[in-house]
Amino acid sequence: MQVNENKEFEPLIVAFCCNWCSYAGADLSGTNRLNYPTNVKIIRVPCSCRVNPMFILRAFQRGADGVILCGCHPGDCHYTSGNYFTRRRMTLLFSMLDYLGIERDRTRVEWVSAAEGAKFAATMNEFTEAVKKLGPNRRLEDLRCKKQ
Amino acid sequence: MQEAMISRAKQLLADGAVNRVIGWKKGEFAYDITPAIFESAEELDAEFVYDDFTSANVSKYLVKETKKDGKILAFLKPCDTYSFNQLVKEHRINRDNVYVIGIQSDGKLDAEKIKSKGISGILGVKRNGENLEIETLYGQETMPVAEAMSTKCLNCKSKKHVAYDELIGEDGEVTASDRFDMVEKLENMTAQERYDFWRNELSKCIRCNACRNVCPACTCEKCVFDNPASGIENKAPADSFEENMFHIIRAFHVAGRCTDCGECSRVCPQNIPIHLLNRKFIKDINSFYGEYQAGADTTSKAPLNDYKQDDCEASIVHERGVE
Amino acid sequence: MLKIALDKIDSLFSAVAEKQTLYIPADRADGASEYKKYENGMKMSSNLNTLRSAKDFFFPQTENLVDFKMEGKNIEVIDIREESEDFVVFGVRACDARSFTILDKVFLSDPVDSYYKNRRDHGTIVTMACSKPAETCFCGVFGIDATEPEGDASCWNDGESLFIKANNEKGQAFIDSVSSLLQDGDTAKLDETKAKTKEILSKLPLANLSTDSFGGDKLNELFRSEKWAELSESCLGCGTCTFVCPTCQCYDIKDFNTGNGIKRFRCWDSCMYSDFTKMAHGNPRLTQVERFRQRFMHKLVYFPANNNGEFGCVGCGRCLSKCPVSMNIVKVMKALEVK
Repeated sequence: MQVNENKEFEPLIVAFCCNWCSYAGADLSGTNRLNYPTNVKIIRVPCSCRVNPMFILRAFQRGADGVILCGCHPGDCHYTSGNYFTRRRMTLLFSMLDYLGIERDRTRVEWVSAAEGAKFAATMNEFTEAVKKLGPNRRLEDLRCKKQ
Repeated sequence: MQEAMISRAKQLLADGAVNRVIGWKKGEFAYDITPAIFESAEELDAEFVYDDFTSANVSKYLVKETKKDGKILAFLKPCDTYSFNQLVKEHRINRDNVYVIGIQSDGKLDAEKIKSKGISGILGVKRNGENLEIETLYGQETMPVAEAMSTKCLNCKSKKHVAYDELIGEDGEVTASDRFDMVEKLENMTAQERYDFWRNELSKCIRCNACRNVCPACTCEKCVFDNPASGIENKAPADSFEENMFHIIRAFHVAGRCTDCGECSRVCPQNIPIHLLNRKFIKDINSFYGEYQAGADTTSKAPLNDYKQDDCEASIVHERGVE
Repeated sequence: MLKIALDKIDSLFSAVAEKQTLYIPADRADGASEYKKYENGMKMSSNLNTLRSAKDFFFPQTENLVDFKMEGKNIEVIDIREESEDFVVFGVRACDARSFTILDKVFLSDPVDSYYKNRRDHGTIVTMACSKPAETCFCGVFGIDATEPEGDASCWNDGESLFIKANNEKGQAFIDSVSSLLQDGDTAKLDETKAKTKEILSKLPLANLSTDSFGGDKLNELFRSEKWAELSESCLGCGTCTFVCPTCQCYDIKDFNTGNGIKRFRCWDSCMYSDFTKMAHGNPRLTQVERFRQRFMHKLVYFPANNNGEFGCVGCGRCLSKCPVSMNIVKVMKALEVK
């Protein structure tokens, strides 16, 4: 979380992007000069199913205000079936986070293919706006990890 | 029931069909029962007990016991048989080394519930129809059985034994239970109310790990929380984040494998309703991926090890319940 | 003895809370009681004992020791010890009060644990005698009289009034701070209540437990007993017993990387855990049998050996009610005693 010159809240967004589709999609939005917010920090993983629920919680612990997972479209996973497991896992995890009272808009799963540069940029813009509206993450924060 | 169990166990020991028995041993008071292994008829006669307080699920001990030589006799209540099956499915229990006898249960009592009514100095507890007659240092007390019944027995999901080599008594049926009522109640609260409820409960957690150690689904040789290489090893809940993290991750690790035996909440020294987290996962799995009861058989794939091409998207979370 | 009417006890609590932080045992929604910071109108619990003991105030579950900050190749060491404010813990029972004697022997002997000492110096312990012991109580076995609790000041309840007496300077200072609310009272009814309680204490199911078979000089026979394998077979190794025990004092020191510095903290550890005292080659106590044996040998043999025969258990009974498999020190003592 940072504060820009106008002292407005700028969320820190962590995006887990799978190497084959969504990371390439992010590259494409870059080469097409499509803007997406600097709040987004991309972490490249070989497949979206590499993402362990612990990674999501740890991102929140270390200061993220929103976490988004991007992967190949179901049916098109580079490893055939990885994203099917991601889908099940993340649906259950997000439902559990909602059950504990964590705001729903802080987490999202989005399928972005390597050709969808525009979709990547649009998704990141939308997600950042949604998290901005929610304010800084308080419910899953770890006070010890706050920058002094 | 106790006599029938002891005499059958003695028979099997005498035949050499089994060389030890796992069951329950009585303690100092009416309610402090310890799971124990009996190796002789004398031990069985002296100490074996099966009564209103034998709620402990012994299936987890079989993981270690079936690795030893010889066959062990295990008495399993209906709910215990589901945990047993799940462990057999995961190849943690060697099915050949255990002889299972299915036994009946009318629901077990929880001494903590008796004490929370202010009844102290408990010396003896007897069931008398709908009431309990409690002998204490300060006189006789009574209370309705329903109020002393263990939380897990209040929403019993099945009196059917899903695994056994023989039965003592009749088999039962899967019961229609209201076990998801509290989960639904929580889902219908606002996010702030849910957050407050869980903060209130989880802030009591002392990380004693009783829930994890008693859980039949938690059988990892080295738990992530004990493993410095995992990056999340922690011994104490240093703050609210770590309290949440332990319970979310533990519930997630057993999701789809939890048979809803209720041991976690029974053993929690701080009375945290941990089963409500596990039941949420079960309810979600039932509604998203089809009705699934872990432990009902030994061949079906666990929901998180499986997928369908038309599974719902994660955005379904936004369309359900109350914000 | 000085006393105050029970229906005026709120005024006593308010008066104390004005000058320092006051903690009293209060009821929780699930029927258990725990120490809570006093706020106006809070009612003291009538439960026999709190779920967690008063040890938490002096030896908390997690305690920050020191912080490190890295700037390039320089490490800055930041001492984050804060001066505590004064506080009072009210309503401590005789068993928990004795546990401080035991913990003091560990933390206040050379080298002195400055964190514990700081909290002990700032805290005043006001104890409360028991009148309705539970079946799980066995403080008498260890020489503790539930009707005469220790602490800086002691209180008794005879049903109508709360009596209070100082045991040392700190206790006297506490009484002086509220002396305007106290009056002299007759202890006849109190003596009757005490006598009744003593009678119940003598009839408790565990009152006849004996410590004769235990102590520093019995080390070899007890260590080599064959009964440990059987006693430990149901132990889950969870650590609940160590965490609710008022005298358990083992801790681990860990470093936490916050992302912008390191926090070194200590937290409760349990000898029941598989990584307790883990060294380069691993944990010297390889199986649960050794770990289970260690805990009880510590309380019944090693501690008295190092501390003039004082046992490391106070008979509070928490491990009896909280162990998930109902294994506890009483069962161990009964199995191992030599008749």
